Amino acid sequence: MRRFLDRHWYAYAMVLPVVVVIAVLVLYPLAQGVFFTFTNINEANIANPILDRPATYISVGLRNYLNVLSGDPSYGSFWSTLARTLIWTSACVLLHYGIGLGLAMLLNRPLRGRSAYRVLLILPWAVPAFISAFAWKYMFNAQYGIINQALRAVGLPDPVWLGQSDWALVAVIIVNVWLGVPFMMVSLLGGLQSIPGDLYEAAEVDGATPWQRFRHVTLPGLRAVSSTVVLLGIIWTFNMFAVIYLVAGQNPNTRILVTYAFERFFSGASRDYAVASTYGVLILSVLLVFASVYRRALRRQGEVW
Amino acid sequence: MSVEAASLRTVPTGRRQVKRGKRGRGASVALHVTLVLASLIAVFPVFWVLVTSFKPDARAVETTPKLFNESSLDNYTRVLSGEKGDFLAWFGNSVLIALLTTVIAVFLSATAGYAASRFRFPGKRSLMLSFLLVQMFPFAVLIVPLYNILLTLGLQGTSIGLVLVYCTTAVPFCTYMLKGYFDTIPADIDEAGRVDGLSPFGVFWRLVLPLARPGLAVTAFYAFLTAWGEVAFASAFLSAADESKTLAVGLQVFVQQNRTEWGHLAAASILVAIPAIAVFYLVQRFLVTGLSSGAVKG
Repeated sequence: MRRFLDRHWYAYAMVLPVVVVIAVLVLYPLAQGVFFTFTNINEANIANPILDRPATYISVGLRNYLNVLSGDPSYGSFWSTLARTLIWTSACVLLHYGIGLGLAMLLNRPLRGRSAYRVLLILPWAVPAFISAFAWKYMFNAQYGIINQALRAVGLPDPVWLGQSDWALVAVIIVNVWLGVPFMMVSLLGGLQSIPGDLYEAAEVDGATPWQRFRHVTLPGLRAVSSTVVLLGIIWTFNMFAVIYLVAGQNPNTRILVTYAFERFFSGASRDYAVASTYGVLILSVLLVFASVYRRALRRQGEVW
Repeated sequence: MSVEAASLRTVPTGRRQVKRGKRGRGASVALHVTLVLASLIAVFPVFWVLVTSFKPDARAVETTPKLFNESSLDNYTRVLSGEKGDFLAWFGNSVLIALLTTVIAVFLSATAGYAASRFRFPGKRSLMLSFLLVQMFPFAVLIVPLYNILLTLGLQGTSIGLVLVYCTTAVPFCTYMLKGYFDTIPADIDEAGRVDGLSPFGVFWRLVLPLARPGLAVTAFYAFLTAWGEVAFASAFLSAADESKTLAVGLQVFVQQNRTEWGHLAAASILVAIPAIAVFYLVQRFLVTGLSSGAVKG
């Protein structure tokens, strides 16, 4: 034991602060949150030290899960909300990745004004998300928003973007794609720059077409970067709350799992913490299942991750 | 999750491409058109907010868009004078919270990232894995218990409480990023330092940190933005008193139930965006190297 500590003490000393913060502020709350899903806790029966009121919530067993998983509309229609969350996530991440890769490849060529383009293209990342959300909400306004004015000017139909229709979902996806592309672009640009140029030269000598070079040099070279950013992108998008909430408000057409949990947490006088936590646990389970499948798929392709 | 040191070496793209033959004029034009178009899309919303910020509220909602329409600096003076809520106090709170988060998060993730990069110790793998897991925790499950904990610690409604919460979001990702960056700094440097009589902490503090400046800059940028733009925890945890709000919470006074004061909101938004863009401009030249050799390499 002594030898063990002698050898590792500085490593542990350096890691300790992080571990403590995470344990106190993430793991313990998580355990408590999971516990709440088996109770009927809400604003009326939670312990309130200011009013000096003890907790009076009771255990309800699995009732929260049964209610939510039944797909009952008064509990947020879990299954259709899950389906919408999946559409939202896959649309956003596909577009993030596709556009980000495209732009990164363009920026990876020698061209005049490259650094200026790069600064301009990364700008959406630098603007705080709630500001961008307001900006897009303003631009999406059905009457005076600039987007519809432009559409009218060229004779295209001008939908009520943020109304009670699926256009609202399209609108929030557009906003989120705009927000998320810079991160992908920068990451992939870094990845592209670390692919050795010799590989391209060798491919060219062997007579590979541009498409073949892309397919057999660029994509494999980006594998490590891609697998990480796509996983992070999926997790972040799945839990993306600010964009949807600030652009579309409490619109059932843009409701995903996270925003519904937040509605449940905040709306009304009752503040149903139990159902909000239940949603939280279900979100976490979906992501955990996904991440382990993803990891296994990567490992099967020979990736050590 | 290993990174080869060679990956930091940026390939001189220029030379490689020229050798492969110059692209034709048409291709060049197409390239620039695409990039200009993409840049316009990236910049336009910000530009449009800037234009709107000079218009009176009533002019901001007219059905024919104009660049200038009774434009003046009135919105800015009114926002800054605190007519619509204590803007300067919100600003101060946000600056304090964002800076504290940045400092603490960078410090914590630098030490943890360095340990993970240089030392083999039992539990390292699970530590890194748990950082990834933390990214998945939806705040919906954490928000009530966190509220309770902050209440118990006496930090509820204070800036420090919020700073700690933001650190839990920022630190895991920053640790990944910095671990990757430290991996690209040759370990020989550490050994040379040890031979010259520095302690492990001395090596970290005097040799490795200065070399890792690009990585640290990117990490700081990320942590700053995380805190500067966060809405959900801020609106849940800060007390309702006007002077304790952050910008993200405070700005919602301009968005009422039926009516939004777009002119004022736009002016306030520009004022909020300026520090973020300033920070961004300072670190942007580090972004590609810092990020690519960091987190993203996995």
